[in-house]
Amino acid sequence: MAHGAGGKASRRLVEGLFAPLLFGDRSDPLGDAAILEINGTQVAITTDSFVVKPLQFPGGSIGELAVNGTVNDLAVSGARAEALVCTYILEAGLPTEILEREVRAMAIAARKAGVRVSGGDTKVVEHGKADGMYISTTGIGRPLAGVKIDPKSVRVGDKILLSGPIGDHGITILLARGELDFEADLKSDTRSVFPLVEALVRQAAPGIRWMRDPTRGGAATSLNELARDCGLGMVLFEDQVPVRDVVRGACELLGLDPLHIANEGQFLAIVSAEYADAALSALRLALGGEEAQVIGEVRDQPAGSVLETTRYGGSRIVDMLVGDPLPRIC
Amino acid sequence: MCLAIPGQIVEMSSDQPTAALIDVVGVRRKVDLGLLQDDLPKPGDWVLIHVGFAMSKISEQDAIDQMNTLRALGEIDGAMQEVEGYGLDDRDDDGISDTADDYRRPAAYKDRVS
Amino acid sequence: MKFVDEFREPEVITRTAEEIRRLADPKRHYRLMEVCGGHTHAIYRFGLKDILPENIELIHGPGCPVCVLPMGRIDDGLSIAQDPGVIFAAFGDMMRVPGRQGSPLEHKARGMDVRIVYSPSDALKLARNNPEKHVMFFAIGFETTAPSTALTIMRAKNEGLTNFSVFCNHVTIIPAIRAILDSPDMRLDAFIGPGHVSTVIGCRPYEWIAQNEKTPIVVSGFEPLDMLQSIVMILRQLKAREAKVENQYKRVVPWEGNRAALRAMAEVFQLRPYFEWRGLGFISQSALCLRDSYAQWDSEQRFSVPGIRVTDPKAAQCGEVLKGVLKPHQCKLFGRECTPEHPIGALMVSSEGSCAAYYNYEHRKTAMVNILSQTA
Repeated sequence: MAHGAGGKASRRLVEGLFAPLLFGDRSDPLGDAAILEINGTQVAITTDSFVVKPLQFPGGSIGELAVNGTVNDLAVSGARAEALVCTYILEAGLPTEILEREVRAMAIAARKAGVRVSGGDTKVVEHGKADGMYISTTGIGRPLAGVKIDPKSVRVGDKILLSGPIGDHGITILLARGELDFEADLKSDTRSVFPLVEALVRQAAPGIRWMRDPTRGGAATSLNELARDCGLGMVLFEDQVPVRDVVRGACELLGLDPLHIANEGQFLAIVSAEYADAALSALRLALGGEEAQVIGEVRDQPAGSVLETTRYGGSRIVDMLVGDPLPRIC
Repeated sequence: MCLAIPGQIVEMSSDQPTAALIDVVGVRRKVDLGLLQDDLPKPGDWVLIHVGFAMSKISEQDAIDQMNTLRALGEIDGAMQEVEGYGLDDRDDDGISDTADDYRRPAAYKDRVS
Repeated sequence: MKFVDEFREPEVITRTAEEIRRLADPKRHYRLMEVCGGHTHAIYRFGLKDILPENIELIHGPGCPVCVLPMGRIDDGLSIAQDPGVIFAAFGDMMRVPGRQGSPLEHKARGMDVRIVYSPSDALKLARNNPEKHVMFFAIGFETTAPSTALTIMRAKNEGLTNFSVFCNHVTIIPAIRAILDSPDMRLDAFIGPGHVSTVIGCRPYEWIAQNEKTPIVVSGFEPLDMLQSIVMILRQLKAREAKVENQYKRVVPWEGNRAALRAMAEVFQLRPYFEWRGLGFISQSALCLRDSYAQWDSEQRFSVPGIRVTDPKAAQCGEVLKGVLKPHQCKLFGRECTPEHPIGALMVSSEGSCAAYYNYEHRKTAMVNILSQTA
């Protein structure tokens, strides 16, 4: 169960089981998308599955996630999504209105993201499986010129950028499940981040080292993975990390850390110091990027780890998530 | 045993005399006031919330007194500005600095690492 | 956030840390124990050790109700919930605590009906909404949480709700502090007293610590400024060779405690003659169980409970770490066989247990500082 939550267990499953058997002797770290060369043309390809309960929540639904999630994986790999194909796995007995609602949501999200849905498949599984529905999408896209995403290109002194406030999606889902009986004026941040990536690339392409959309496991997990892949330290400045008040309140009440909460409409970027200012302005001037921040910088210590520091000189290691974030009372 | 957060009473519950809706920066939940029944708080009061129950009323005056005591520390000596942080001098109203000075290291960590 | 942000103001934190440095006698090594797991968590979360002088040592005490819960109690609770008609409800803190056949979450993956609740009243609500099932609330916590459980049980009785019971593991803090002070290897200069337990029991129950043991104790809040101010107050007492109970957390802790909360506890609970604490052994009069008048809501009386006792592996030095005699990394299993992902001992299981907190927040920093001091 912990293997799906996006943190340590997931990573072990992918690296320990899938990678050696499927990916052969690739030595490069696993990214959000693969860049292939087919007859001289570069193509980016990625796949992702969407499992969410409840299916519909403030700010979106599974159909939207299925589009934006895959578009974003391509975007943070430096590619413009061109087409998606999808598979719907449906639980027997799922009301048709719900299916129709999700297919519509997917169509609208695809139009908004400027991507074609070129095909798909459907399977029905027995009642009690699939939590209503699961959706899997595979997307292909065109890599943008001048961008090369490579964790090994990260250097000491690079800046860590974040496109906007974290924690919206995960807390929305947690509250939408209704088990904890909290209410908040909060919605999922699901959206395509491609327009922001495009703006960033236009102004700062040569300085972009790495990007990632911090979904399950949150920003902490993404940055820990990067720290491990490049062997350097990610140092965050606590009061620069954007978090909405209401997300902060929910996290304080439940004993959760916003850095571990899933996001569906934000991305992290490592940019060289030389291009950091241009990168930040590009994001802030773009629609939807007004809350972008430089949240930290790359240093040589703590190597392979993420450290959050405060203005009064306190600091703490921020580890990767182990399993789902659970509310606590102690 | 210990996670308890300050919240403000928004409105009393209509169906339960010892319950109220509280607000914590926009997060809302029904909270049981049964442990404060000897001196029931009212809308506008701040209470400490633990596992969905109000444990205690929060005294705003005590909080102010505490902050004043703390702020006065060191003022008598006159010692002040050893505060090395990031971007304290040139902050916008939103409290977050935009300049490159932000990326300086906080004092204590710097002493250990550099 | 009001009543939170003020107590995290960086400039005031820095100033208070300076005051601490001024007050601390450089020729002295101070050993301060913070009893409560919430304080342990706060120290790491806010990086307070970074701004305290080297000669102030913070020792983590046994105030983590998850950490001190023997594994056998989890097994007992889970065995009741094997019945498909039973819903196992507990706080998130319990969900990853291993029993002999896995944690509640692992049992959930194998088909047990396990629910996370934020409040005991949510567990009661589950019982109302699922009349054909029985909801067993696996209760943990010190005196902070016990009154809420008590009120919930009283509500269940008033409503005549019979498909609800509590598997009670509530423990009390004073016997734990006594066990620490009775321990022969302990030398403590002062206590940072539990803030939220004190909102219920008040400050009087600590008077024997100051009077008989001549040890200062300052009841402290959980924000950085609360803890730092408490340390200032402790240092002032030590400098003046005093030993008093002081209340730093005045805005929230009434000296006399919360009468209504104590009444609710007295109405529903009685003291068990003794109870086993993981790492500390059997302690008399240290835990609560339901009175006979509430037997119907006591899981241990409603169901037959195996009464399993599970001893920890000998190599796990939880007891010594709990008592503050050893630091987490000094346990032979720390970071090797015993990590937050596969915890062997209790202190690694809860995120506020000393070992987990140390592992998650601290040990890489220590390793890093060690590397740097070697290359310097």
